[in-house]
Amino acid sequence: MGTGREVDVRLAGVTKRFGDVVAVDDIALDILQGEFFSLLGPSGCGKTTTLRMIGGFEQPDEGAIELAGANVAGLPPHRRDVNTVFQSYALFPHLNVFDNVAYGLRRRRIAKDHIPGQVRRILELVDLPRFEARRITQLSGGQQQRVALARALVNQPRVLLLDEPLGALDLKLRKAMQLELKGLQHEVGITFIYVTHDQEEAMTMSDRIAVMREGRIEQVGPPEEVYERPATEFVASFLGASNLLDGTVGPPDGDFRTIELVSGEKVRVPAAAIEGTERSIKLGVRPEKIRIGTAGSASPADGDNAIEGTVRDATFVGVSNVYAVATRDGHEVTVYAQNLGTSTDRPPAPGETVTLTWHPEHTFVVSGREGGADGE
Amino acid sequence: MTRRGWVLPAYTTLVLLYLFLPIAVMILFGFNDIRGRFNFVWQGFTLRHWTGIWDTPELTDALKNSLLIASISTIVATSLGTMIALALTRYRFRGRGSTNLFIFLPLATPEIVLGASLLSLFVTANVSRGIGTILLAHIMFNISYVVVTVKARTQGFNREWEEAAKDLGATPWTAFRTVTLPLIFPGILAAAVLAFALSIDDYVITLFNAGATVTFPLWVAGASRFGVPPAVNVMGTLIFVVGVTLALLAVPLQRRRAAAPVAPPTGRVAG
Ligand SMILES: Nc1ncnc2c1ncn2[C@@H]1O[C@H](COP(=O)(O)OP(=O)(O)O)[C@@H](O)[C@H]1O
Ligand SMILES: [Mg+2]
Repeated sequence: MGTGREVDVRLAGVTKRFGDVVAVDDIALDILQGEFFSLLGPSGCGKTTTLRMIGGFEQPDEGAIELAGANVAGLPPHRRDVNTVFQSYALFPHLNVFDNVAYGLRRRRIAKDHIPGQVRRILELVDLPRFEARRITQLSGGQQQRVALARALVNQPRVLLLDEPLGALDLKLRKAMQLELKGLQHEVGITFIYVTHDQEEAMTMSDRIAVMREGRIEQVGPPEEVYERPATEFVASFLGASNLLDGTVGPPDGDFRTIELVSGEKVRVPAAAIEGTERSIKLGVRPEKIRIGTAGSASPADGDNAIEGTVRDATFVGVSNVYAVATRDGHEVTVYAQNLGTSTDRPPAPGETVTLTWHPEHTFVVSGREGGADGE
Repeated sequence: MTRRGWVLPAYTTLVLLYLFLPIAVMILFGFNDIRGRFNFVWQGFTLRHWTGIWDTPELTDALKNSLLIASISTIVATSLGTMIALALTRYRFRGRGSTNLFIFLPLATPEIVLGASLLSLFVTANVSRGIGTILLAHIMFNISYVVVTVKARTQGFNREWEEAAKDLGATPWTAFRTVTLPLIFPGILAAAVLAFALSIDDYVITLFNAGATVTFPLWVAGASRFGVPPAVNVMGTLIFVVGVTLALLAVPLQRRRAAAPVAPPTGRVAG
C-alpha cells in the first residue's frame, strides 16, 4: 500500500440509527481500489447495516459515503456501480442459472448477442461450466453460492459487497471457498468488501480488516497487525486467546519499558507500545508466543520476559499441547506448545510450577478503556 | 395393512361422489327432453336446449350482466387486493392492525347482513341501485378474499429478491415486474379465479343491491318458482367447463412456479 492507490469507498462520520438502536456509530473508513477489505465483528455490531448503506439499501442518518470520489447520498441501489452477494444468496427461484446471471446484463441493455458469451465466461470463472439451464432449486448450497457470485461479478462492478457469503456452507467447503474467493478477487481485480464474524476467515482472506464492535470501529489494519498488535482488549480477545495481565508502567530500558505486574514480577514491552503518560496498563501475549518449562529447568534466554505460574490443565490436541496456567497475580494464561516430539523434557503436568517465557517484542499493550479506542 | 387397503380408497370415492354428483346431475339434465315446465324427472335425450340456449332473451341478458360484473369486479378487486396484500406484508405503518381487521370483517359477516347494510347505505346516500351498486358490493367482498389469498404468498416472499434485482440495476418498477410479480403470480391467479367464482354466483348480496338489474343467479332463483328451464343447466355446464379448462391450463403454470420455493434456500425469511 501507500503507492497512491485510489480510494474506492470512503465513509466519513457515518451513523445509522433504527429508533433507539445506534446500528452504526460515526465510522470512518477508506477502502482502496482492488483491496480485499473485511468488516469483522460479532453478530449485531452493524456490519450488515454498513454494507447496506454502501449498497444504497439504507441511507445514513449522518455522514457521507463516497464511491470512487463521488458522494452517493440519496442515490438508489440500481444507480450505484456496486453489486452485492447476499447472505441468503437471493437467487431468483423462477429463473434458471443463465437468466439469473444475465439479469444484470439485461438491465444494463448489453447487446443481446453478447450476453450468452459473458454468462458462459463468468460461469467458467466460478467453476460452473454448462450450468446455464439448471434450475436454482437443483443446485447445492455451494453451487448456489457460486451462481450468486457470478451474477454479481458479471457486471464488473467497481466494488463487490459480500455479506457472510460462506456462512451457510459446511466447514470443509467454506475453507475451500475462502481460498477460491481470494484467488478470484486477485484475478478480477475488483474491490471486495467482505462481512464476516469469523476471525479466521477474515485473517485468511483480507488485505485489511476493520474490527467492529457495537457500531464502532475498534481497529483497522492488515491481519498480522490486528492480530499481533491489537489496539483494544476487545480486539485482542476477539481475534484469539489473548492472555491479558495488569501492570504499572516503570522506567525506560533502551527500546523497552519495564512494567511491574501485580505479582511484583517485572517484564519488558516495546517502548513504542506505551502511549503518552499512561500509568496503569494491560499487556498481552498470544498463546503460541509463550514457551513453557518446568521451573528452574532452563534459564530464559537473555532479555526474555519470564513469569511463574502453576499448571491448571494440560490438553493434548494433536499438533500442540494446550496449557492453562494460573499466574501469580491470579490471571489464567493459555499456552500452545508445539508438539515437536524432540524434547527430552517431560511435559509439565497439572499442579506443577512452571516458568513462562516470551520475547518482549511479542508483548502488546491494549487500551484498557471500556468501549474501545477510536477507529483510526 | 388390510384396513388401509380399502378404507382410504372407499372414503375417497365417497367424498368425490359427494362433490361431483350434483354437477353430474346438472350436466345431465341439460340434455333432458322435458315436457312441461319442470326439469326434475329424466324423460329422454335431446340437444334442443343446447341449440336454443339463447332463446330466452331475459336469461341471456342476465348471464351477460353476470359475466360483465364478475369480470370487472375480478380485475378491480385483484389489482387492489394484491396491492393491499403487498403493503400489509412488507410495511409497518400506522393503522396496519386495523386494516387487517377491516379486511377480515367482510369474510366473517353473514352475507345477508352485509347485503342489507349496503342497501341502507345506498338508500341513505341516495344512490340508485343497478349494475354500479352491484359492482361496488362485489368488489368490496372480493377484495377481502383476494387479500387473504395473495397474502399467503407474499408472506413467504424474501425481500432480498427485490433488493437483489435493484442491486443488479433494476428500477423499482422493473424489479416488481421481473421478480416480485412472477413470484407471487400463483397467488394472484388463485385469488382472481376465486373472486370470479364468488362474483358470478353471488345471490344474497346482489339481491339487496340490484335494483331493476337481473343477474344470472337472480334470474334462476326467480324462475325456479315456475320451473327452471334446462337452458340454465346448459349455461351452468358451460361456465363449469370454462372454469375447469382455465384451472387445467393454470396447472402447468402453477407447477412451474411452485418448483421455486417461496422461502429462500438458506438464511432468514423476510416477514
Ligand atoms: N431494519 C432494522 N430495523 C431495526 N433494527 C435494525 C435493523 N437492521 C439492523 N438493526 C439493528 O442494528 C444492529 C446492527 O445490525 P446488523 O447491521 O444487522 O449487524 P451485523 O450484520 O453485524 O450482525 C442490531 O442491533 C440490529 O438489531
Ligand atoms: Mg449481518
